[in-house]
Amino acid sequence: MMIQETLLTPSPSPSDLLRYLASHPAPSAIARNLWLIPAVPIVASGLIALLKQPRRKPASALAIGSLSFSLLFSLMAFVHVVAGWVRGSVVREVVNLTWFQFGSARVDLGWVLDPLAAIMLVMVSFVGLLIFIYSVGYMADDENYTRFFCFMSLFAGAMLGVVISNSMLLLFMCWEIVGLTSYLLIGFWYQKPAAAAAARKAFITTRVGDIFFLLGIVWLFSQTGTLLLYNHGAGSLEGLALANLLGAHGGLGLTAAGAIGLLIFAGAVGKSGQLPLHVWLPDAMEGPTPVSALIHAATMVAAGVFLIARVYPLMQIGTAPGGTTASLTVVAWVGTATAVFAALIAIAQNDIKRILAYSTVSQLGYMMAGLGLGGVAVGIFHLITHAFFKALLFLGAGSVIHGCHDEQDIRKMGGLRADMPLTFAAYAVGMLALCGFPIFFSGFWSKDGILEAAQHSTAIKGPFYLLVFGALLTASYMTRQVCYVFFGYWRGHGSAHESPRVMTLPLAILAFLALVLGFVGTPAWPWFQAFLENRAARFDLHAFVQPGLGMLMLSSSLIVFLGLGLGWRLYGNQSPQPEAPDALEQSAPWLWTPLRDRLYVDEFYRATFIALYLWLARVADWFDRRIWGGIVAGVAWLFGLWAQLNRLLDVYWVDGSFDKTCEELSNSGGLLARVQDGRVQDYLRILAVAVIALAGILIWSSRP
Amino acid sequence: MTAFPSPLVGYLLVAAALFAIGLAGALVRRNAIMVLIGIELMLNSANLNLIAFWRFGLHPQALTGMMFAIFSIAVAAAEAAVGLGLVISIYRHTGTTELDKVNRLKG
Amino acid sequence: MSPVFYILAAITIAGGLAAILLKHLIHAALAVTVAFAGMALLFLQLDAQFVGFAQILVYIGAVAILIVFAILLTRGAELPKEGVFSKTWLAGLAIAAGVFAVIGWAVLQSIDAVPQRNAAPAVAVRDIGNALVGRYVLPLEIVGLLLTSATIGAVIVAMHERERAR
Repeated sequence: MMIQETLLTPSPSPSDLLRYLASHPAPSAIARNLWLIPAVPIVASGLIALLKQPRRKPASALAIGSLSFSLLFSLMAFVHVVAGWVRGSVVREVVNLTWFQFGSARVDLGWVLDPLAAIMLVMVSFVGLLIFIYSVGYMADDENYTRFFCFMSLFAGAMLGVVISNSMLLLFMCWEIVGLTSYLLIGFWYQKPAAAAAARKAFITTRVGDIFFLLGIVWLFSQTGTLLLYNHGAGSLEGLALANLLGAHGGLGLTAAGAIGLLIFAGAVGKSGQLPLHVWLPDAMEGPTPVSALIHAATMVAAGVFLIARVYPLMQIGTAPGGTTASLTVVAWVGTATAVFAALIAIAQNDIKRILAYSTVSQLGYMMAGLGLGGVAVGIFHLITHAFFKALLFLGAGSVIHGCHDEQDIRKMGGLRADMPLTFAAYAVGMLALCGFPIFFSGFWSKDGILEAAQHSTAIKGPFYLLVFGALLTASYMTRQVCYVFFGYWRGHGSAHESPRVMTLPLAILAFLALVLGFVGTPAWPWFQAFLENRAARFDLHAFVQPGLGMLMLSSSLIVFLGLGLGWRLYGNQSPQPEAPDALEQSAPWLWTPLRDRLYVDEFYRATFIALYLWLARVADWFDRRIWGGIVAGVAWLFGLWAQLNRLLDVYWVDGSFDKTCEELSNSGGLLARVQDGRVQDYLRILAVAVIALAGILIWSSRP
Repeated sequence: MTAFPSPLVGYLLVAAALFAIGLAGALVRRNAIMVLIGIELMLNSANLNLIAFWRFGLHPQALTGMMFAIFSIAVAAAEAAVGLGLVISIYRHTGTTELDKVNRLKG
Repeated sequence: MSPVFYILAAITIAGGLAAILLKHLIHAALAVTVAFAGMALLFLQLDAQFVGFAQILVYIGAVAILIVFAILLTRGAELPKEGVFSKTWLAGLAIAAGVFAVIGWAVLQSIDAVPQRNAAPAVAVRDIGNALVGRYVLPLEIVGLLLTSATIGAVIVAMHERERAR
């Protein structure tokens, strides 16, 4: 099977073009028009923004319609790529454009259609569409309905843009738009100070990651000279450029490839909520539940994982046989640490959405660990299955919240199994999928893939045991949550009711998929992995009898049962009152309190970075007010002084001299007027004097 | 009594003295009529000057000096008439003939 | 210089001095008449008989009378309270002295260029008459005009005004 890439840029001469086209067939119509997939929802978002607020039906119709179109087109693209894969012909199609040129450098944009992109396109548009439909019911009572759909549509378009982007610049631009819409949607109810603060926190925390990401992009561009990832051998993820990156030095004993890989991973750390920058995800639950489902469970947070998968050749280059690169090691360890850390905290939370948020952080850690330990297919498989069952769980939680009249504390729920049967059924499917219940639930297969990769990794040893421990914790906290919410008796006020069909239907669809999707990635028929890695897939039941595999499946199942049993034992059918302490709290308070307080990460940040920042802000303010303000005031004072001087000069010297002259004139006029006193004899006297003078002169001048 | 080189000098000095006296009278006295008297004296001294030069000068046949003096006398008379008429008129309007008090032309 | 000249000069100058120094206006008028007479005699001495007699006729016969009339009409006989001399009489005196000095200086300066003619000119009244209507006819006519307008002017100026002008 050959991988062929095609290019659509102007070429020097007609004969060259013909020769070129003969060896490189042009991209298909689907690939050429792939840009429509993100563009249509973005245009729809713009149109919705122009609508007036009360026009709800057109708003949601535009959003759902545009995303349906994107879904249809994505399905067509997916089928096209699968067909291509099955035939063994073109697998990766690339369309590149030059945006502008400065000097000898070019800024290119482009999109790529390959298996990774195709799968992501279908997942994002499908889950997005289901959540849009769900939101019609969930946000029906909200007065900012139109604004909601505008932002959601913009998000969907930008996320699809991230997925198909072939240019680092285009990817970064869509990445930033995704971050922006996340901010707008977390802070959707901006009148709540908690929501506004959470939105700001999310934006700034992901910004920290994005700075490193941008540094990585710039370094990559300067080192390889191109922004395109795939460009018929000239792209930055292809042979020549990678060799170049491997040869160059990146400081700290790393190659340039390793350093850039780590910088790009820093961006993923921010966006996907990995360990140091995870603090924004739980707070992001201040947004409406559909937002949490779409952005903070299924898609946006998965963008980081997707990014690592996309630049995997960069992360992977320089691997010694049997070993791994520095970047992948860091990825694997950060992922593992995040998985365990978040799972520990999730045990002690009481808000239904916050438990799911920490669960998301934990599962994202699993995905990162999978990428680091086992490769693109392992991590992406878990990403896909997680998208479906986590969206299901969030939508189910939304249904529960809606049914309990906007109550989110699990201690005030209970016994909803009877009141909300559909929701319960769907939620149970999701929960078991997340825990990794064997055979029928998709989570089992995807998580097992990660555990298998961890077990077989020769270079990195520790993560396997930690990940297993994490699986135990996952099962425990999910059981706790389900027991609190659905079992026992009702502890809230009023009564709970089931949600309308428009909300339960998407739940049903997602539940079905959560069950079925696992089967495309089982070891017996690794269709998913083969599709991604572009090799043939065979159905082979003998794969199950590989030496370690059976053992692993068995032991992971046992861990799951153990976790479920532990959870049931502690929480079972009991429904403690909200004021009463938790069962774990009673038995191990020393463990409970730090876990409930989220292991003090926020407090640590507040004491260090935030305090430093506030101090810097105070210093800058003082500097600004005293020094710069002082200088400005000083200059102003000098000017005032100058103005005063001018004024004095003007009044006393200029005006004074002028006035004095006038005074002298009028005085002299007065003096002269005194001569004219109207007395004839005085005039005569003057005449006589004049005669004397004249005569004197005449006589004097005529002396001999 | 020194001998003058010419009698003319004597006459000229007398004329000068009379002129000065007339001028002094015009400047010093307060009454308007006195001023006119002073002016008449000045005119007379000028006439004396003219006749003296006619008598002792060149070409007395031309009668220039004498003519001048005759006309001067005529004009002086006319001027005296008009001037005194003015003084009377001023006396009627302002009630005084003192020139100090008549300063309506004061500037 | 003949003694007659000195006597006549003395009379004239004395008359002039008296005219400006006397307090009583009538006395001053009479003194100036004496000065006019002295002048006429000086003219006669200078062989200008016609002018001499014209001087007597006009000055003494008309101007002096005129002055006396004016004094009478303006009650000049009454002496003013503050005195007849103005406050700044010294300045006037000084100026007059200055004038005399300048003219005297001019005369004495050019004393060498003075003509020396001594013989009396032979002038008849007939010649004067001829000159008047001959060479000097224009000034004659103009003087006539002047005298006419002066007369008219004097009359108008000194006339009693009618009350309607107020």
